[in-house]
Amino acid sequence: MSTHHNPPPLVRYSPAERFNHWVTALTFLLLSFSGLALFHPSMFWFTQFFGGPTWTRILHPYIGVVMFVSFSGLALKFWHHNLLTRNDIVWLRRIADVVRNREDRLPEVDRYNAGQKLLFWTMIATIPALLLTGVVIWRPWFAPYFSIDVVRLALLLHAVCAFVMIAGIIVHIYAAVWVKGTIGAMVRGTVSRAWARKHHPGWYRRVIGGK
Amino acid sequence: MALQSLDIVRRSATTTPSPQQRQTMEVAKLIDVTKCIGCKACQAACQEWNDLREEVGVNEGSYQNPHDLTANSWTLMRFAETEENGTIEWLIRKDGCMHCADPGCLKACPAPGAIIQYSNGIVDFHEENCIGCGYCIAGCPFDIPRLSNKDSKVYKCTLCSDRVSVGLEPACIKACPTQALVFGSKEDMIEHANDRIADLKERGFGNAGLYDPAGVGGTHVMYVLHHADQPGLYSDLPKDPAISPTVGLWKGIFKPLATAALAFTALAGFFHYVTVGPNETEEDEEEEKA
Repeated sequence: MSTHHNPPPLVRYSPAERFNHWVTALTFLLLSFSGLALFHPSMFWFTQFFGGPTWTRILHPYIGVVMFVSFSGLALKFWHHNLLTRNDIVWLRRIADVVRNREDRLPEVDRYNAGQKLLFWTMIATIPALLLTGVVIWRPWFAPYFSIDVVRLALLLHAVCAFVMIAGIIVHIYAAVWVKGTIGAMVRGTVSRAWARKHHPGWYRRVIGGK
Repeated sequence: MALQSLDIVRRSATTTPSPQQRQTMEVAKLIDVTKCIGCKACQAACQEWNDLREEVGVNEGSYQNPHDLTANSWTLMRFAETEENGTIEWLIRKDGCMHCADPGCLKACPAPGAIIQYSNGIVDFHEENCIGCGYCIAGCPFDIPRLSNKDSKVYKCTLCSDRVSVGLEPACIKACPTQALVFGSKEDMIEHANDRIADLKERGFGNAGLYDPAGVGGTHVMYVLHHADQPGLYSDLPKDPAISPTVGLWKGIFKPLATAALAFTALAGFFHYVTVGPNETEEDEEEEKA
């Protein structure tokens, strides 16, 4: 019926959580573009977004510190939703069904699915590693205090961790575009009841039951 | 250098050939450590030609002054004393850029055109393109580039590329009073070194030899050493210098592979979307169950 109106959407993220997420996301974008610019010459032109190559080199580490602090907020807030369960192992084994949009063949998902959880732990591993290795290679301030072999290792690890992180975030961004109804969760803070029932039935029941 | 160069064999962070139509003769500076008297005329000539002045330092019990290479001191006499060979020896080595055939600094540099290798073998920093990241410092097996605290650019010996390009010898060569420093084609310098080595061997230095390390493809600054078997005696001259495997991995295979993998990941997403398609929630489901 045309006069029928949908029940109110469910709140998934508070304004503070959204703010925290987007500070992390924006700093991530700045860091990826500035970092990739100095990683491979094919992307050196990204330095133009930052006021030139030298500004790119100067700004990158400071933005990195902001992202680390911001991500720490997300980590403290969400870690307990990301502990892996037995269902997650089954979910991962059925990854072929996941990519083919066949939710009906998947075990029940709570607040986060196994893919989201793995992304969370990937970030937990790489972001602190990027901070530590980043400090070691940070010129002119800190690099002179470390031996050259430590600096060399830090340069390699920084690149490897950044690669893993960027690849992970590409998947994260694509998943938000792919699974319709998801982006609103982080933009306006809400999701539809149907979306929650379809993708996070365990979480849906807890939220509805709690009301 | 602002001079047009048509003899660039390698240019940092550049994936296409640079102007290299002009082929120049491969040059080398030969430092005969056995003839050096430690007068530092080369150090003074370097600063004079390049219009640089080192700050007045303090004596730390050695003639070595300054204590290390700096953004102003591109060459430095290093003084070492050793009794390794049964007698006290005062080994003086003129330190500075070795102008490697396979330069680690150039391999590590992310700024296009900040480091240039000419066909004559000179490895030159073009500071106007330098961004101050210091990757070259990690790339160098000889600990040569120095980051200036004045402008955050790196500096090192240019082998007087400005003088050499107009047919002059480097300033240090010009100033050396004992001909411990000689300059010419790399071929001639090796020949000259071999004469010197034969002479040294006759005089009882059985291990005299040429330092032109193969690990970096050979160098365009070479040493004649009395103890070529123990280069470490000469203020830690590395025995088998090479680009660190860590830097090699980072700037060798990982750089193109990781770039391709990221592009592939993004493309995989796009093609998933246009083949499998988005995962949509039908809001009707809501009413059915409500």
